[in-house]
Amino acid sequence: MIERECDVLVVGAGGAGMRAAIAAAEAGCSTVVVTKSLLGKAHTVMAEGGIAAGIGNVDSVDSWEVHFADTMLGGHVINNWRMVELYAHEVIDRVYELERWGGLFDRTPDGRIMQRAFGAHSWRRLAHVGDRTGLELIRTCQDRLVHTAGAEVLMECTLVRLLLSGDAVGGAIGYDRNSGELVLIRAAAVVMASGGWGRMYRHTSNSWEGTGDGAAMAYEAGAELQDMEFVQFHPTGMVWPPGARGILVTEGVRGEGGILRNSEGERFMERYDPVKKDLSSRDVVARSIYKEVQAGRGSPHGGAFLDIATRLPAAEIHRKLPSMYEQFHSLAGVDITREPMEVYPTIHYTMGGLRVDAETAATTVPGLYAAGECAAGLHGANRLGGNSLGDILVFGRRAGEAAAEHARSRPSKPAPSGAQLRELEALIVEPLAGGGDTVDNPYTLHRDLQEAMQDDAGIGRSEESLTRALGAIGELRERAARVRVAGGRVLNPGWHACWDARFMLTISEAIVRSALERRESRGSQWRFDFPDEEDHWSRINLVAVRRGGEMRVEERPVPLMPDEAVRRLQQSRFFPTAVIPAHYARVIGGEAASPEAHA
Amino acid sequence: MTDGQLTGRTLTLRIFRGLPEGEQSYATYAVPEVVGMVVLDAVHFVQRNLDTDLACRWNCKAAKCGSCGAEVNGRPALMCKTRVDTLSDGPITVQPMRSFPLIKDLVTDVSRNYEINRQIPQFTAAPDDGSPWRIDQMDIDRLYEFRRCIECFLCQDVCHVNRSHALAPQFFGPRFFVRVAGLEMHPKDILDRRELVREEGGLGLCNITKCCTEVCPEHIHITDNAIIPLKERVADEHWDPLRRLARRLRGGPGTRGGEAAPAGALGGPGDGGEGGGGAGAA
Repeated sequence: MIERECDVLVVGAGGAGMRAAIAAAEAGCSTVVVTKSLLGKAHTVMAEGGIAAGIGNVDSVDSWEVHFADTMLGGHVINNWRMVELYAHEVIDRVYELERWGGLFDRTPDGRIMQRAFGAHSWRRLAHVGDRTGLELIRTCQDRLVHTAGAEVLMECTLVRLLLSGDAVGGAIGYDRNSGELVLIRAAAVVMASGGWGRMYRHTSNSWEGTGDGAAMAYEAGAELQDMEFVQFHPTGMVWPPGARGILVTEGVRGEGGILRNSEGERFMERYDPVKKDLSSRDVVARSIYKEVQAGRGSPHGGAFLDIATRLPAAEIHRKLPSMYEQFHSLAGVDITREPMEVYPTIHYTMGGLRVDAETAATTVPGLYAAGECAAGLHGANRLGGNSLGDILVFGRRAGEAAAEHARSRPSKPAPSGAQLRELEALIVEPLAGGGDTVDNPYTLHRDLQEAMQDDAGIGRSEESLTRALGAIGELRERAARVRVAGGRVLNPGWHACWDARFMLTISEAIVRSALERRESRGSQWRFDFPDEEDHWSRINLVAVRRGGEMRVEERPVPLMPDEAVRRLQQSRFFPTAVIPAHYARVIGGEAASPEAHA
Repeated sequence: MTDGQLTGRTLTLRIFRGLPEGEQSYATYAVPEVVGMVVLDAVHFVQRNLDTDLACRWNCKAAKCGSCGAEVNGRPALMCKTRVDTLSDGPITVQPMRSFPLIKDLVTDVSRNYEINRQIPQFTAAPDDGSPWRIDQMDIDRLYEFRRCIECFLCQDVCHVNRSHALAPQFFGPRFFVRVAGLEMHPKDILDRRELVREEGGLGLCNITKCCTEVCPEHIHITDNAIIPLKERVADEHWDPLRRLARRLRGGPGTRGGEAAPAGALGGPGDGGEGGGGAGAA
């Protein structure tokens, strides 16, 4: 058994986990970071566009206040306004900090950090380097982390359960993926930075890691999962060839001037959003592409055309979008400097996650903190592009510092008893008991879950489809309990896939139950049977929580903005086009805007 | 995956199976080809349908993370980026990277790379060099090439120094020469890693055969733009008689500050602050 005792355990080594670990270690805490992959491979590397920050280097009218307004309006105003405020304010310092740690950014002609346009941001706001900003962030944090005293990284380990002592978290247990040994980490505080979940959908930009382990584990330990109905479809994923379906095409293509066209050559976003057009928010663009294809105006492989070739000279495309060029060239045999790309929405990001306190990133379970994609609140019902890389830095740091503080004030790390350990080990190796299953395997189970979620809990949902998905999840859960795989404990991907499936089922149930409950369309949640945004629901966040072993969905009030923050919304260039809930419209002195129809 | 369009062709995959101790062999699998299929798709087909415990390492499946390095028909490559229709007819042989110790099947122990990185002092700016910085885009363009590295370690795998000496202990290898070059050429970095890369890193062992450049999936000009300029800088520092004398008087390598102007606190464009001579953008 691999054992560690530390002050702070960080689960996940993407940007949020690494930033949290750096903060905790710099605060003097012994810190262990656990990652399912090798260090530096986390999903953060997939972020292409940049980090949104109201520095105003390119458009000097920009500010953190406008960034706040855009983020709130983009999230359909059910965000945790205080998180948005902290975020918009602090992300500027985090960008400069990253630069001081050796991170590169493209420059303006006078040598300052360059900023590019992105969907639903009022001004050119994304600090970036080419189309690989996420890689830059992860490599910079990685180099910082490995040179930070007091921090250790355990690579290629899967954690399965949080350890509880009384009502507080005291570490976690899992297994080393390579050797199959148990991994036991006792810790005074835990930061969950385990990222999002897209793998329960068929077409996703997520890597295999996006199975929601951390959120599922925290839920089982009693934490609340908030806003789970909001799953972001990125408007532009690859469509062809089949093996490449779902791979992300950066919004930077549109940020640099690319436009969407249908099979008739029409720039259709001018029709759906005459103001923001191709740079509308992701929920709107994704729905528009879906509608064009449904109306029979799709591309040969059932998507939309994304054209950069006629918009930028080839040399500029190579310089601004090098990895997009490479991706289409090598995978699809398409030269994007000459031909349009074919794109269709792909599951990309999860706005929902662990419900946290804005200032400290504390979850509802003592000693457990959460940051980044596995936490909820910052993005509301829809995330703006460029707001995730900033999120992980701002709240990663806050979570690390708060966890360090907790570890100092409550340093106890009680060890589990021998009986508890034996029980946990039996649970962990359960899928290996009794050799292979001849009729079922975890991959088949995973595929069936993907079918159910893609078809019935996808971009558009209804009570009927969601009820069907819930039924499928129940049946799959029974299969998951029975499925057994061949092979031993040494690097056995079949075994690992069994645990992935269990976590995904818990998360899928939370998505479906929350989506059923929210009887309206808002942001990424598009209900065919309730196509309008409803004022009533603008006051409610839903949470999935465990009550007596069963999942329940409960309502929590959306934190109310103070008048000062409400007035700030008017600073967004897109203010008049967004829906303002009635209780805020009074503060601003206008009428509530008419609801945006989704269908 | 099989819901994609089948080409009608059946591929034969010979995949290395085994553990460090115990039986090692190539297993043969028949895989129906799908349009646009990459080697990783074919390996996944085997894993999902024929052998659930076949081990391979992968993450993004979009050539962004560098996890799925292997040797395809003897050539180091990312499995996610190697289309099967670009390979010659006949069986496709997939084996793990040969320079790294085997864990199981296609997965190797690449932890040595992480140890090397720890040996290289991190980026360090002058404490009084306050933000916001001004840096010229030309500097960014030159450094960005190095920062594109996705740490797939294919260059480490193919390098003959590693390949014939089972990961030479006093040799950083191409990936980390790129890393050092990126730090040394950064206009805001004030450390000097030239002696380290010569002494500990074994830069002299590289005899610029360019194998690393050939296998790099990011098309980084490892030899021309990183290793050769680094060698020139090291030669400048180490073999220049005046600098040797100065070094002896100083008592070992230190920061560059003593011998060349560091980047100014708010250095403008072109204020490169290079200590080591003119091996600049190649």
